Amino acid sequence: MTFKIAASPHAHQRRTTQQVMRWVYLALIPGVLVQTYFFGFGVYVQLALALLTAWVAEGLAMRLRGRPVAHAWQDHTAIVTAVLLAISIPALAPWWIIVMGTAFAIIVVKHVYGGVGQNLFNPAMAGYVLLLISFPVQMTSWPIPNELAQLQVSISDTVSLIFSGFTQAGYNVEQLRMGADGITMATPLDSLRNDLNHQLTLSEALSKPIFDDLAGIGWAWVNIAFLLGGLVLIKQKIISWHIPGGMLVGLLVPAAIYWLFNPDQAITPMLHALSGATMLGAFFIATDPVTAATSNKGRWVFGLLIGFLVFVIRTWGGYPDAVAFAVLLANMTVPVIDKYTQPIAYGHGGRS
Amino acid sequence: MSNDVNVNTNTYKELTWQGLWNNNPALVQLLGLCPLLAVTATVTNALGLGLATLLVLVGSNITVSLVREFVPKEIRIPVFVMVIATFVTVIQLLMNAYVYGLYQALGIFIPLIVTNCAIIGRAEAYASKNPWHHAAFDGLMMGLGFTLVLVLLGGIREVLGNGTLFDGANLLLGEWAADLRVELFSVDYPLLLAILPPGAFIVMGFIIAGKNWIDHYRAAHAEKPEKQVTRARVTSQ
Repeated sequence: MTFKIAASPHAHQRRTTQQVMRWVYLALIPGVLVQTYFFGFGVYVQLALALLTAWVAEGLAMRLRGRPVAHAWQDHTAIVTAVLLAISIPALAPWWIIVMGTAFAIIVVKHVYGGVGQNLFNPAMAGYVLLLISFPVQMTSWPIPNELAQLQVSISDTVSLIFSGFTQAGYNVEQLRMGADGITMATPLDSLRNDLNHQLTLSEALSKPIFDDLAGIGWAWVNIAFLLGGLVLIKQKIISWHIPGGMLVGLLVPAAIYWLFNPDQAITPMLHALSGATMLGAFFIATDPVTAATSNKGRWVFGLLIGFLVFVIRTWGGYPDAVAFAVLLANMTVPVIDKYTQPIAYGHGGRS
Repeated sequence: MSNDVNVNTNTYKELTWQGLWNNNPALVQLLGLCPLLAVTATVTNALGLGLATLLVLVGSNITVSLVREFVPKEIRIPVFVMVIATFVTVIQLLMNAYVYGLYQALGIFIPLIVTNCAIIGRAEAYASKNPWHHAAFDGLMMGLGFTLVLVLLGGIREVLGNGTLFDGANLLLGEWAADLRVELFSVDYPLLLAILPPGAFIVMGFIIAGKNWIDHYRAAHAEKPEKQVTRARVTSQ
């Protein structure tokens, strides 16, 4: 008689990678809907392009590596990468931006390192950084919220903008980003950082029309929607609360201290929390199971590090937002974090 | 006599093979990566630095080989560095005089050839132990191998980042070379990453991967000698 002894854990939930990934992209739906409401239909075109590119790139890479192609399509990790990248880039960016970014993320960042589970860096964020440093103009041209826009962009205009650069009436993205006074409107974080650098006070900087009482118009609600999706993931035990918790603490505590000492020259903690990619980063990007730390203590450290880096780069760095850079920098430290936070197995010493 | 000639040609063949492929300073030894990654944004810069390194390498290899009997072992490294620094100074002054535009484009990376580990590595590993004509040939081949990789890397980065090839070749080769400039395509938004340092690392990684792939392919398709296998079964099953 054979007597099988398996290693612990003995009772666990049998969830396949596909099921985990499906939960992740389902939880993104509220955020995408809110994004559509404020910033138009561009995000759907970007999603379609990203998914198509990811599908082709994944198949191509698996074929080149001599592995079963269908197997890679079934685990849905490429879908999550594509979706995250598509909602991170400006909704009206030209089509080749998302195609190049997704292909780079899948082929170079994921498959060159050995495919699912082997990549050192978060594929979506590495793709994003490639695009941001190569094409800074397109990657910072976010559309302005619909309620502020002079011209409403229809679905056909959106498609036309993404593929040709102009609407059917001949406007380009730059013209669409102008407000009633003919001044191009930046994203809340971008506008704030420029104004603060130009020695404006916080209240002067916040008097621009792109801000309302909460934070930037539109951006605050997008962030809240991603927060809700993230809470669903925690409830479903798809992600643990340590990384998002650590990241928010690491961002907001230094931000609050800095703001208390410079109340008129610093971004408020509220704006930090509800602007840019804070919530998307905390709940969906930093929590990538492959490139994050593995133990709970390690996840805390990893999250804190990302949050602190976001605060530092937003406050003193050269780019308005910092989640992608912070995540990549923290990815590099994961082997060290894992080495020093390895839990002690039962019966192997430690403090008694 | 014929045997001696045979040995000699074999040595040269081996040195060529080692320098250009098997033991290529940039692809296998991974030496001298600092200039390799920093100046290869265009083919012209890459070629200029590659040729400068090649000349220094040949000169230093010959000199080190000639003085190898007189230099005490304990102070050989400072002596080698002095020899290399002398040749770098010569090259730097020559470039300053004859290819001033390129001299300015390469900037600090010309004096930094002194610290290129590929050069002192060859002095220590080969020139200090072999006769001068072998050392000279070794320097030539190692320098050529390094230059080829620089030019390849520069070419890929220039095409990706600018859509051109041989831009500014007249700085290095004289006015006639201005016609060498090829514009493969023109884009409104160049892929800046290829020009920036990260692009150099990524492209370099792919070149090394390509070399390893070719090596594996050759090893897999090489004719294997028939193996005589004699086995003695020691377990019963």
